[in-house]
Amino acid sequence: MENNRGVWVYMEQKEGQIVNVSLELLGAGRKLAEKLDVPLSGVLLGDKVKHLIPTIFEYGADEVYVMDDPILKNYRTESFMKGVNYYAEKYQPEIFLFGATPNGKDLASAVATDLCTGLTADTTMLDVEVETRLLEASRPAFGGNIMATILCKKHRPQMATVRPKVMKALQPEMGRKGKIIEDSLNVKEESLRTKVLEIVKDTKKKLKLDEADIIVAGGKGLGDEKGFTLIHELAEVLGGSVGASRDVVEAGWVGHDHQIGQTGITVTPKIYFAIGISGAVQHVVGMKNSELIIAINKDPDAAIFDASTYSVIGDALEILPILIEEFRAALKQEDGELKHA
Amino acid sequence: MHIVVCVKQVPDTRIIKVNPKTNTLDRRGIPAILNPFDSHAVEAGVRLKEKYGGSVSVVSMGPPNAVKMIRKCVEIGADEGYLISDRFFAGADTLATSYALYKAFEKMLEEKPVDIIICGKQTIDGDTGQVGPGIARRLDIPPITNVIEIKEVDEKARKVIVKRKLEDGYEMIESSMPCLLTVEKDINPVSYSPLPNMIRAARYEPTIWKVDDLNDVDKKQLGLKGSPTIVAKMFAPPKLEGGKKIEGNAEQQSREIVSLLLEKPELFEKKRGGA
Amino acid sequence: MPEKFDVIVVGAGPSGTSCAYKCAKAGLKVLQIERGEYPGSKNVMGGVLYRKQMEAVIPEFWKDAPVERAIVEQRAWMLDKNSMVTTSVKNNDWEKEPCNNYTILRAKFDQWFANKAVEAGSLLINETVVLECIVEDGKVVGVRTDRPDGDVYADVVVLADGVNSLLAKKLGYHNELKPEEVALTVMEVLNLPKNVINDRFNVTDNQGVTIELFGDATKGNLGTAFIYTNKESLNLGVGTTLSSMIKAKMKPYELIEYVKNHPMVRPFIEGAESAEYLAHLIPEGGFYSMPKLYGNGVLLVGDAAQMVNGIHREGSNMAMASGTLAAETIIAAKEKGDYSEETLSSYKTAILDSFIGQDLKKYKDANHTFEEQPQYFKDYIPMINRAASSFLTVDGTSKRDKQKEAIKTFTKEKGTFTVVKDLYRAWKVMK
Ligand SMILES: Cc1cc2nc3c(=O)[nH]c(=O)nc-3n(C[C@H](O)[C@H](O)[C@H](O)COP(=O)(O)OP(=O)(O)OC[C@H]3O[C@@H](n4cnc5c(N)ncnc54)[C@H](O)[C@@H]3O)c2cc1C
Ligand SMILES: Cc1cc2nc3c(=O)[nH]c(=O)nc-3n(C[C@H](O)[C@H](O)[C@H](O)COP(=O)(O)OP(=O)(O)OC[C@H]3O[C@@H](n4cnc5c(N)ncnc54)[C@H](O)[C@@H]3O)c2cc1C
Ligand SMILES: Nc1ncnc2c1ncn2[C@@H]1O[C@H](COP(=O)(O)O)[C@@H](O)[C@H]1O
Repeated sequence: MENNRGVWVYMEQKEGQIVNVSLELLGAGRKLAEKLDVPLSGVLLGDKVKHLIPTIFEYGADEVYVMDDPILKNYRTESFMKGVNYYAEKYQPEIFLFGATPNGKDLASAVATDLCTGLTADTTMLDVEVETRLLEASRPAFGGNIMATILCKKHRPQMATVRPKVMKALQPEMGRKGKIIEDSLNVKEESLRTKVLEIVKDTKKKLKLDEADIIVAGGKGLGDEKGFTLIHELAEVLGGSVGASRDVVEAGWVGHDHQIGQTGITVTPKIYFAIGISGAVQHVVGMKNSELIIAINKDPDAAIFDASTYSVIGDALEILPILIEEFRAALKQEDGELKHA
Repeated sequence: MHIVVCVKQVPDTRIIKVNPKTNTLDRRGIPAILNPFDSHAVEAGVRLKEKYGGSVSVVSMGPPNAVKMIRKCVEIGADEGYLISDRFFAGADTLATSYALYKAFEKMLEEKPVDIIICGKQTIDGDTGQVGPGIARRLDIPPITNVIEIKEVDEKARKVIVKRKLEDGYEMIESSMPCLLTVEKDINPVSYSPLPNMIRAARYEPTIWKVDDLNDVDKKQLGLKGSPTIVAKMFAPPKLEGGKKIEGNAEQQSREIVSLLLEKPELFEKKRGGA
Repeated sequence: MPEKFDVIVVGAGPSGTSCAYKCAKAGLKVLQIERGEYPGSKNVMGGVLYRKQMEAVIPEFWKDAPVERAIVEQRAWMLDKNSMVTTSVKNNDWEKEPCNNYTILRAKFDQWFANKAVEAGSLLINETVVLECIVEDGKVVGVRTDRPDGDVYADVVVLADGVNSLLAKKLGYHNELKPEEVALTVMEVLNLPKNVINDRFNVTDNQGVTIELFGDATKGNLGTAFIYTNKESLNLGVGTTLSSMIKAKMKPYELIEYVKNHPMVRPFIEGAESAEYLAHLIPEGGFYSMPKLYGNGVLLVGDAAQMVNGIHREGSNMAMASGTLAAETIIAAKEKGDYSEETLSSYKTAILDSFIGQDLKKYKDANHTFEEQPQYFKDYIPMINRAASSFLTVDGTSKRDKQKEAIKTFTKEKGTFTVVKDLYRAWKVMK
């Protein structure tokens, strides 16, 4: 039995595509693997998923463990867990990371119980102490007010689920190759106790905030629902999406799926406008990794300014109408160059 | 039908404060409450009972004063409550918690069978959502997480059909019974309890088990000792630095923002190629 | 058929809980209904618990109850803008058990107290609002709550629902309070480390201090402010009659900010973190605004019956005493098997014979006097400050001359006759 004790990343895939967080985890895993001087492996399960293997190598894996079986067509805890456990028991990874998605968390919880090891949930920082080879998985605790670093000293693998959008994927290296390990699942459909009857996609034009390049987010500082319409206007002019703080969502100015932050969505757009948002930690965790953050707030001591690239101290209700007009004019002038809805 | 809901007493972390100087939690005056997600789980159990008949029990691992929280579940409509409470359980992580609760289930199963187990999506203190699937694995029953609706329970065919929330929609899952569901808040609001439930709850005394009341417990798997994970340190979230101030009146500020962004057309780049 | 109890007590403040406790101890079937998340969750009080009345309900309560500090010093500050004249009485004997009085935090204390009643056999239900009394044939037979299937019945209903007693109003026992009958008080709990409190107030760990602030603390309006020490926090509050607030166009939160930033106050609360902000009414109408105290199947206790001594900021003691007297009345009624208005009328007699009746009668004119004569707060306190300051300023004038000077300014500013008259009047209402 080979015992490579490496860093493993579970490669979640959906409809023949690897989900982003798994690629991000390959980026994070690469750093850990290099520090520990071990290979980085991806674990890929599904039905007709082998075409994804090259991508996994390109994003940094040295090895791919793959199981391809029609039973694995849809995610089910029972079947996926059996496959993952099989590999983990046989090859004994030292560290095993999962994306903190609904399926990733579900699978990791079941796997960790069967492997009788520790599992840190919703990690946002990962590091490894080389000497002790301990994974330092840090996560927000107690409503995001504090961070806790969790260790798993005596049990292996050291497992963690990691929040989407906090780690960075590597630039893919075209043509990069690695080792493929393939085995079969050996599970009969009759032995499984659950069946996926149907999968229904949200037909409503789903707001893909987490994929937006420009987000204009507004907070309580806009005063009322009417003030908040300025946010919609600016977003429209810029071809961006509308985000909001929780207080705004709770006030009913905009729907829940616009909420950004700890209990909302985590976003990393290229431009993030935080307008009339105080910058509570719970909001900031959801947007601080944006590339460029412009905050508008009339309180010069607002915490949001600690997170922002550009700090605009002023009255949003006064600035926004001007800003909207300026952008409208500027983008028209550039004539389509920058104007994309 | 016998439905069992796992519930936990938690500090109300929504109002907890952190002392920024010492990085310690100020727990003074922070009340202990029924984990909000679990109240939805209890309500889901009660609604199943109302629809299909049977009874709802709740089970919890926690300190002796969690009796109060169990009474809260009785207010919502639970019929019975079981609390496993012992210093051996203290300091448990999710693995040790699911082991202890599994032992509690074994004991309950001596009294009567369990058809559906319901857990909250997650606790607001542990905040992991790992305990539910853990219990299911130990009992070797199927776990279904993120449930937003229990569509159908067919007691004769021993099958349930539930709706499971996905990131961009939902899926319908059929599972054999017994099974374990972890439920989202959206599954149902918690109704305002009727007065007779309140009076019953005020009088209710749950069953309390110590470690030695459970069968064949491996104490090494309990509590702090049985927890593979440890909290090595607590620290403040990394402090952000803040950036450049944009000065002037509203017009000057607006103009500067516009020119700043237009100077960086690469920020708009993906827009150009993509969507 | 909904359940029937011997007694339903509405409200789990000191008055309701004293009554529930005593009734339960006597073996009656008691249901206590509280609208808060738990007893004390929303209750406000400066925080002086008078030992005697509490002891009458639960002997040696201090061994077990969550009291904060034993009060060993009582200070009074007469504040002007940038000066003050203070008096203080300190007695270390007050720390020896049984101590004189204690500071308490209501959120903790009420919970503990209500739990004692539960241990004695009373049933407690929280988060339930009593909407009204159920009246049948002129008799109160139970209460209607806001919950589904929310009616519940009892032989007697005790209204212990506090100053604004909507239930008493609905029964017509009680009129809408007039602005001059209530004080609006706002209070903050300010967290400070124990050793800082000990240093600033010159006490040891278990010793407490109360400070009453007059004069500029309420910008010269009829009212007071207070600072009480808890173990690791201060209670700071300020209140004036609602009528003064309206007249002076003051907002309560502005007033408390004013007090917190007063140069005499600020050093005591420097660095404190505000943990709670509460606002509450205190009935201060005294004797004249007492409602009807009993009816067929119903009794009123505590603030609901306006039993507060506004001058001395006593309320919880009267609440407990009235709750106890109500319980005694009910226990006797139970023995007789008769809860009629006539049987319950002995409650009123008992109240009037007790210190409650006597004190409320004694101070019955106090608030009216001060309300109508703002000079006590507006003028005399600044004058005292000026006089005292000048007396203590070393500038070559002889002390005797300064004394003369002081009296001269007093009488010059106000006129000899007025001053004497005012002092007499104040003495008369307070004595
Ligand atoms: C467990 C937990 C989870 C949470 N999760 C989230 C979450 O996911 N997302 C989230 O956003 N929050 C979350 N919160 C809430 C969070 O703590 C804050 O309460 C919330 O983000 C505040 O929203 P806000 O900034 O819009 O409002 P406020 O805090 O009221 O701030 C308004 C700001 O607008 C400024 N302002 C006012 N008028 C103007 C004007 N005319 N022009 C410019 N500026 C103006 C003010 O100076 C102020 O800074 C959570 C809280 C808890 C306890
Ligand atoms: C700022 C301030 C400082 C004070 N300082 C002091 C002091 O230092 N010493 C002192 O002795 N006194 C003090 N008092 C007065 C004292 O707080 C009151 O006199 C005392 O609390 C009265 O007790 P109670 O039980 O009658 O009413 P409360 O303590 O007001 O209790 C009434 C209870 O009934 C509940 N309730 C009300 N309506 C309903 C309903 N419809 N259904 C169900 N429940 C209901 C309420 O939630 C509450 O718990 C102070 C008061 C204030 C406001
Ligand atoms: N100590 C406990 N006792 C009973 N149930 C628990 C306990 N801890 C967690 N649970 C259940 O498991 C769910 C997920 O908890 P967690 O993994 O801590 O987020 C909770 O919503 C409860 O239903």
